[in-house]
Amino acid sequence: MNFSNFLLMRHEIILLAITMFLLIGEIFIHEKKKSSLIHLAIFLFGIHTAVGFLELEESSLFGGMFRSNNMIHLFKNVLNVGVLILLLQSADWLEKKIFNQNRGSEFFILLFASLLGMYFMISAGDFLMFYIGLELSTLPVAALAAYETVKRISSEAGIKLIMSAALASGVSLFGISMLYATSGSIYFDAIAEAITASNLTILGMLLFFAGLGFKISLVPFHFWTADVYEGAPISIASYLSVISKGAAVFILMILLFTVLKPLMHVWENVVYVLAIATMFIGNLFALRQQNMKRFLAFSSIAQAGFILLGLITGTQLGVATIVHFVMIYVFSNLAAFGVVQAISLQTGKEHMDDYTGLYRTNPNLSLVMMLALFSLAGIPPVAGFFGKFFLFTAAASKGYYLLVFLAVVNVTISLYYYLLVVRAMFLRKSDNAIPYFKNKLYMRLGLIITVVGILVIGLYSPLYDYIYELSGVF
Amino acid sequence: MDILSLFVVVPVITILILVFTKGLKQARHVSMVGSLVQLGMAINLVFSYFKERAVNDAIMVFTKDIVWFKQFNIHYNIGVDGVSVSLILLTAIVVLAGVFISWKMSDLPKEFFVSLIVLATGVYGFFISIDLFTMFVFYEIAVIPMYLLIGIWGSGPKEYSAMKLTLMLMGASAILLVGILGIYFNSNADGGALTFNILEIAKVNIPFEAQKLFFPLTFIGFAVIGALFPFHTWSPDGHASAPTAVSMLHAGVLMKLGGYGVFRVAMYLLPEGTLHWSWFFIILSVIGVIYGAFAAVKQTDLKYINAYSSVSHLGLVLFALLMLNKTAWNGAILQSLSHGFMTALFFALIGMIYGRTHTRDVTKLGGLLKVIPFISVVYVIAGLASLGLPGLSGFVAEMNIFVGAFQHDDMFYRIVTIISVSAIVVTAVYILRVVGIMLMGPVKNDTYLDLQKASWYEKAGILLLLIPIVGMGVAPLWLSDMILASLEPFIQRVL
Repeated sequence: MNFSNFLLMRHEIILLAITMFLLIGEIFIHEKKKSSLIHLAIFLFGIHTAVGFLELEESSLFGGMFRSNNMIHLFKNVLNVGVLILLLQSADWLEKKIFNQNRGSEFFILLFASLLGMYFMISAGDFLMFYIGLELSTLPVAALAAYETVKRISSEAGIKLIMSAALASGVSLFGISMLYATSGSIYFDAIAEAITASNLTILGMLLFFAGLGFKISLVPFHFWTADVYEGAPISIASYLSVISKGAAVFILMILLFTVLKPLMHVWENVVYVLAIATMFIGNLFALRQQNMKRFLAFSSIAQAGFILLGLITGTQLGVATIVHFVMIYVFSNLAAFGVVQAISLQTGKEHMDDYTGLYRTNPNLSLVMMLALFSLAGIPPVAGFFGKFFLFTAAASKGYYLLVFLAVVNVTISLYYYLLVVRAMFLRKSDNAIPYFKNKLYMRLGLIITVVGILVIGLYSPLYDYIYELSGVF
Repeated sequence: MDILSLFVVVPVITILILVFTKGLKQARHVSMVGSLVQLGMAINLVFSYFKERAVNDAIMVFTKDIVWFKQFNIHYNIGVDGVSVSLILLTAIVVLAGVFISWKMSDLPKEFFVSLIVLATGVYGFFISIDLFTMFVFYEIAVIPMYLLIGIWGSGPKEYSAMKLTLMLMGASAILLVGILGIYFNSNADGGALTFNILEIAKVNIPFEAQKLFFPLTFIGFAVIGALFPFHTWSPDGHASAPTAVSMLHAGVLMKLGGYGVFRVAMYLLPEGTLHWSWFFIILSVIGVIYGAFAAVKQTDLKYINAYSSVSHLGLVLFALLMLNKTAWNGAILQSLSHGFMTALFFALIGMIYGRTHTRDVTKLGGLLKVIPFISVVYVIAGLASLGLPGLSGFVAEMNIFVGAFQHDDMFYRIVTIISVSAIVVTAVYILRVVGIMLMGPVKNDTYLDLQKASWYEKAGILLLLIPIVGMGVAPLWLSDMILASLEPFIQRVL
């Protein structure tokens, strides 16, 4: 293997280098100047994200264990952009809460390690690499969920996450072992060729699916979601809801559409049922939430249900619509979480009622929130509409009209609770509304990027065409 | 820039300028100039349309086609025929009148005018779209600002009304989406490519089974915004809670999307589905016509009276469309226009009366003709138009509808026509009752004696709406000609 081949792992290598660099920085930088690591980390990650957009060869390494193609490359870039926005939005929190407590750069190291795990998971060509990636992506997040150790609820979130993650990972591994047992290989390509619809294979596939279902918060594997989101720091809640979920959707798609394609007649039924259950349960529970983080947690469960509408098709169209949707979802959800983060940081308030009359004191934040919620609800001309419309089109292309009908019923239900937040912010007046405050530059930048994304991604059709072209690899 | 895209671009530019304005004065001036330009464009469009029609006999003129999402064959595809031109003119007039009527909007004026013009953008876009996807996008853009307009600037149970209206309309549009997808995926039934283009789909024979399935979805999807019984309940609550200009736009323009959509999409693209289902929806629309009229009789709140009257009048639009007859169709479009001007005028006047007397309860009002003569006289004229007096717009529209409808040989059609004609009598009851109680007789409350006369901007708003009502009534032919010529392709396909 020569050096240029090695560059196929460019994303992984650079991120690892940044992580190591920060670790060294943590050791050598003086206590008082440690907050400069935030700027450094964001700067370095920004460069990493930009470099990510340079072209990359399509090939594989280690005998097919590690694969890279333009689609995978795009997945990683989407995750990078998401993490960059998240870092910008979290900078103020990091400075106040973490560096204040001399917690150094652990946050970055854990976060980047988790992201590294996701890279490997997405690039995996066999189940070993996949499983290592899965574990590496999950464990650091559990530590991060428990990051605000002074809060009992945060520690609880950490424990809940690690327990459920361990269970899910175990179940997944059990499933993988069954797939190995029936096909005689852990390589994706070999399994795809050897796979037959035996009972053991189907059971293995279902167990494996359950493991990933946990990461995506599909019903009935969603129980951890709301509690963990509520307890974890907002940055981590948004990481779980956007980045972690996005990566899991990508890998689930890769595996279902390539390795498990011969079992499509089985998994499309599973996806059908899960899509309905996930959309309805996510939406109906979201109706009753008052805490913004719990609210967004259930909303993100419902959004996962919508993603399954693209997954059920098993076609190039399905792949393109899912990737497009996830891309939009990254911007929309990060915008919503960003506003929650900004308000929580300034006032400590996370309750929906606290947002009453927000527009009259903080119009810009309210507008960002409204755009984000409209995008999540699927209202044109913001991006979420296009994402959802295309997903529905994909499902309808296979004749799943009933499923599309149930999905649109859910769109209406979801609109109701998104409008509850809009109602609080715009329609109502309050004498003790959250007073005006000015966000720091990083936060503003983070929110601006999300707004631009929400406004542009949907309308800008060449982006969808580009994704569609790449989707041909499946 | 083509003549039609301007109808999207000018409002968007107006919105962008509005964003940077400060205070009421700047906001209303920018809105007024923007709406004036739109009205100028609409009038120009009418003249250009006649000129173009003389040399161009295509179904749609001034067409423009830009590929948007090529994988789905989605285009930004626009064009107009006589029907859409007349509705665009209606929209431009009502929007400008709405801006005049909101001249004194005090709370968050900039935001108010932005929302109003976003709504208008959606409506214009809807009327010029030939592509189903683009049309759907504009439809939703038109609906969503309603939530803020009613919720922020409304009165009474405004939050409830705003939520109810938004959820019912978006729910309907969700059903519509399934219908549109159904049409899209059957648009290759004759072996061509999948397309959202209405004119292309109209050449395709979509299988009967699909038409049977997707017609009700598409019809209901659009008809909910056209206040089809029993899906009309959002409308009276929405009207009653909305601020004056929003009620005007809502009843005057937004509800027209329903009839237009039903005509342009559901019936035109799914003719066999139309034939199969028409009896069912005729019954619903007749119930709406009668129920709306009787419900209006029972109301004492002026806005509710007008709102239920709208349910009745718009029920006639759907009724006329389902009668599948050229004259009735012509009547349906004329009724859409007539109702648009008339009801907007009603709401403007009700707003003025409420602004002065602080009540909308008819029983508490009396003798207004003596104290605010201009407003009162116009109210009478609007009322007479509503009950179908010859010489005013309502007569022309209703005459066409009923004459057309009665031409059917089938007994069912004749019976439902007779039933719906009876609504005219009921309309006369509630209109004359209101006029009698509210305007005639002695002045009921001494405080009414020094009510302020109509101001210049109120008069401007009123005249803008009054002129077309009289104009349509006196000289309906040019409008009828324009509409009738555009009905040919529909006749060929549906009848």
